[in-house]
Amino acid sequence: MISQLSWKVGGQQGEGIESTGEIFSIALNRLGYYLYGYRHFSSRIKGGHTNNKIRVSTTQVRSIADDLDILVAFDQETIDFNFHELRQGGIVIADAKFNPTIPDESRATLYAVPFTDIATELGTALMKNMVAVGASSAVLGLDISVYEGVVQEIFGRKGEQVVAKNMEAIRAGAQFMREQLGDNIQLMQLEKADGKKRMFMIGNDAIALGALAGGSRFMAAYPITPASEIMEYLIKKLPQFGGTVIQTEDEIAACTMAIGANYAGVRTLTASAGPGLSLMMEAIGLAGITETPIVIVDTQRGGPSTGLPTKQEQSDLMAMIYGTHGEIPKVVIAPSTVQEAFYDMVEAFNIAEEYQCPVIVLTDLQLSLGKQTVEPLEYDKIEIRRGKLVTGELPEIPDKGCFKRYEVTEDGVSPRVLPGMKNGIHHVTGVEHDETGRPSEVAANRIAQMDKRLRKLKHIQFPTPVHKHVKHEEADILIVGFNSTRGAIEEAMERLERDGIKVNHAHVRLIHPFPTEEMLPLVQSAKKVVVVENNATGQLANILKMNVGHAEKVFNVLKYDGNPFLPHEVYTKCKELF
Amino acid sequence: MATFKDFRNNIKPNWCPGCGDFSVQAAIQRAAANVGLEPHELVVVSGIGCSGRISGYINSYGFHGVHGRALPIAQGVKMANRDLTVIAAGGDGDGFAIGMGHTIHAIRRNIDITYIVMDNQIYGLTKGQTSPRSEVGFKTKSTPQGSVEPALSIMEMALTAGATFVAQSFSSDLKELTQLIEEGMKHKGFSLINVFSPCVTYNKVNTYDWFKDNLTSLSSIEGYDPSNREMAMQTLMKHKGLVTGLIYQNKERKSYQDLVPGYSEKPLTEADLTISKEKFDQLVAEFM
Ligand SMILES: Cc1ncc(C[n+]2csc(CCOP(=O)(O)OP(=O)(O)O)c2C)c(N)n1
Ligand code: SF4
Ligand SMILES: [Mg+2]
Repeated sequence: MISQLSWKVGGQQGEGIESTGEIFSIALNRLGYYLYGYRHFSSRIKGGHTNNKIRVSTTQVRSIADDLDILVAFDQETIDFNFHELRQGGIVIADAKFNPTIPDESRATLYAVPFTDIATELGTALMKNMVAVGASSAVLGLDISVYEGVVQEIFGRKGEQVVAKNMEAIRAGAQFMREQLGDNIQLMQLEKADGKKRMFMIGNDAIALGALAGGSRFMAAYPITPASEIMEYLIKKLPQFGGTVIQTEDEIAACTMAIGANYAGVRTLTASAGPGLSLMMEAIGLAGITETPIVIVDTQRGGPSTGLPTKQEQSDLMAMIYGTHGEIPKVVIAPSTVQEAFYDMVEAFNIAEEYQCPVIVLTDLQLSLGKQTVEPLEYDKIEIRRGKLVTGELPEIPDKGCFKRYEVTEDGVSPRVLPGMKNGIHHVTGVEHDETGRPSEVAANRIAQMDKRLRKLKHIQFPTPVHKHVKHEEADILIVGFNSTRGAIEEAMERLERDGIKVNHAHVRLIHPFPTEEMLPLVQSAKKVVVVENNATGQLANILKMNVGHAEKVFNVLKYDGNPFLPHEVYTKCKELF
Repeated sequence: MATFKDFRNNIKPNWCPGCGDFSVQAAIQRAAANVGLEPHELVVVSGIGCSGRISGYINSYGFHGVHGRALPIAQGVKMANRDLTVIAAGGDGDGFAIGMGHTIHAIRRNIDITYIVMDNQIYGLTKGQTSPRSEVGFKTKSTPQGSVEPALSIMEMALTAGATFVAQSFSSDLKELTQLIEEGMKHKGFSLINVFSPCVTYNKVNTYDWFKDNLTSLSSIEGYDPSNREMAMQTLMKHKGLVTGLIYQNKERKSYQDLVPGYSEKPLTEADLTISKEKFDQLVAEFM
């Protein structure tokens, strides 16, 4: 019995690869296993190799596995492209139809299963993915009856017969595989999971759900990979709460429309990836100087320009911290797990309103799209705070004076009234202005307003600015990362510890304003600091050096080939540096 | 009830004496009072340009944004609080050059706001460059030999983009302009009002006199029917777009807010920010 394994299905894009992975993983989730998925896809819709790798475990996993136990192949390309990942003793389950072969140097065993033929015999070749699901389930020793509910949900609308046929295909696949395996069936039987119900979702689902729970009732956005799921979820749900999503003509419109709606008092978000964020930069500055709250999600992907649009990268960091001309207060939050993405969205809206400034929630493609098991989200943790939003009646201001919307205060935050409120009239402008919003170029006023705005950053409270995994007072290595690299780092850390290396881990959650106070003692108490990030120039390492110093002991571990880090890569690089 | 004086504030515009934008300011103030608004019920969102300063010169809520983006900001305000009356305003460069994408899409989206363009056929604030509304041969700092690009036929473009309210006026005709803005505000959907608003400093061609000589009032055309889109198009083509009055209005089509499914009839600003435990559990269960 094993407690975890890695499974991958591959084939031509548009041929049901997604649904094979989807059905298999839903069933595993129902049985109580923890899952972590990774989709390899290209920006083509049809054609091109695609695969879905899923790690299955009886305990929480947050990274793709280094190697592969089972490869399900719908074409020869899948085998040729992926066989090198298979571990010694791994297996390939391939459709017999294309006469699969396995390269001589492979350490795996090939099983040809007539996916297409079995499916065709049962009625339609379309069910070949069900046969593959059945065959996979037999290898793991799963109880096939778990699929009854899943298949019913997916095909119920199409009638009882379709449901029955699909179940039959799964059973036939399982039966065939069991016979093929013979005594080898013992090799990859999975330990039973706890059977607990857990959420199974992508980061973008959690972001969208977090926005909803955080009181957002409007979204303006323009589609882009890997952000579109956020708008697609919210357009399904927001109407139930009276709200809606507008698909705008571009990201400039998305951001400025969101600014307009936030100014008027509705928690509004927009979400995009690098190209869209580039277009929003001028508007982000407008939100900064007009002190309008706004939440913007940046799901990082490979840049620059169109770059690697469907691949993992973490190269927007500097642009998100410094992007927009001039200087504004801005907050950049980086969740490292799907759970955190949910809570961070709620908190992003609170911070945006409390500090009246733009808040960027930064994710990366792997966090946004990797489907994984999520521990329960706690309703009681959801809290709505609106800061200095003025409610109730306002006193009349004589002589058509204006409300001091930009009153200079100690914490830099001024009282905020919404359009429509009597006696609250004031002006809002992207031009430098005085306390009532009236344009002003007076030097003293400029300094007072600039200082007031930037002062807000000193007061920002974020619950966990750094996720710390600190076991040692003095560490040989401090590993630093952000976003989705957390799982790979945690696994590398375990292995390094087993080798007798003392490792601490700090995952930066509040990117800006940088949590210098939290990071400094960790850096000071480490012999070496290794910053692991998916970009070519070491952006996080530079930010760290700039804020914390100790440049002499900061080392880069970089990966920018479009793929997420594997645990062994982090392990090996750290080992080399040690 | 508020009068137009209540919509005046104590800020002195920094426009050149004689600039057409003064009348547009006055017309908005009058129209707002005439339709029965109180100053706090009105939001004026403007772009960047001489004209863009207008939101600061009206005693109402005002938002002076970035160049070319008055419309998306204004639409956001309206979506958030449908009880507010929202006017977007700006120059011809703001709306028909840098902001053209938004203009076309605001027209077809048909959210219930009024867009007033102060069209002076030139860039005023940046001291006299050509605009998409400048005629061929127009000499400016950026077209010293005369513009070779034809002017955009903006009213025709609005019709083809599916506009439900298209009007044009001249800043000298305060009465007509005020009335058109009132009608635009009352219109259920997006209303576009293009106003010839001369720049006395940089445009020495399209002057007050030039407009007086070249504009045709639709009221002088016998049998003109603003509900007839075809007639509107033909009339515009015949007069090279130089007409004033209500060019076209479609009273049948519903506004965006009335068409979009599930959108609250109460202002979204009044929506409950919390969701019930029961609803939350239901949303969560969908992922299990
Ligand atoms: C993104 C950006 N580009 C350029 C400018 C400079 N700019 C300010 S106003 C303007 C054009 C003004 O012309 P118009 O919109 O016709 O307004 P007018 O001044 O004529 O009323 C330009 C180019 C700017 N503010 N922002
Ligand atoms: S430059 Fe032209 S548009 Fe600007 S204020 Fe002067 S007259 Fe008006
Ligand atoms: Mg102009």
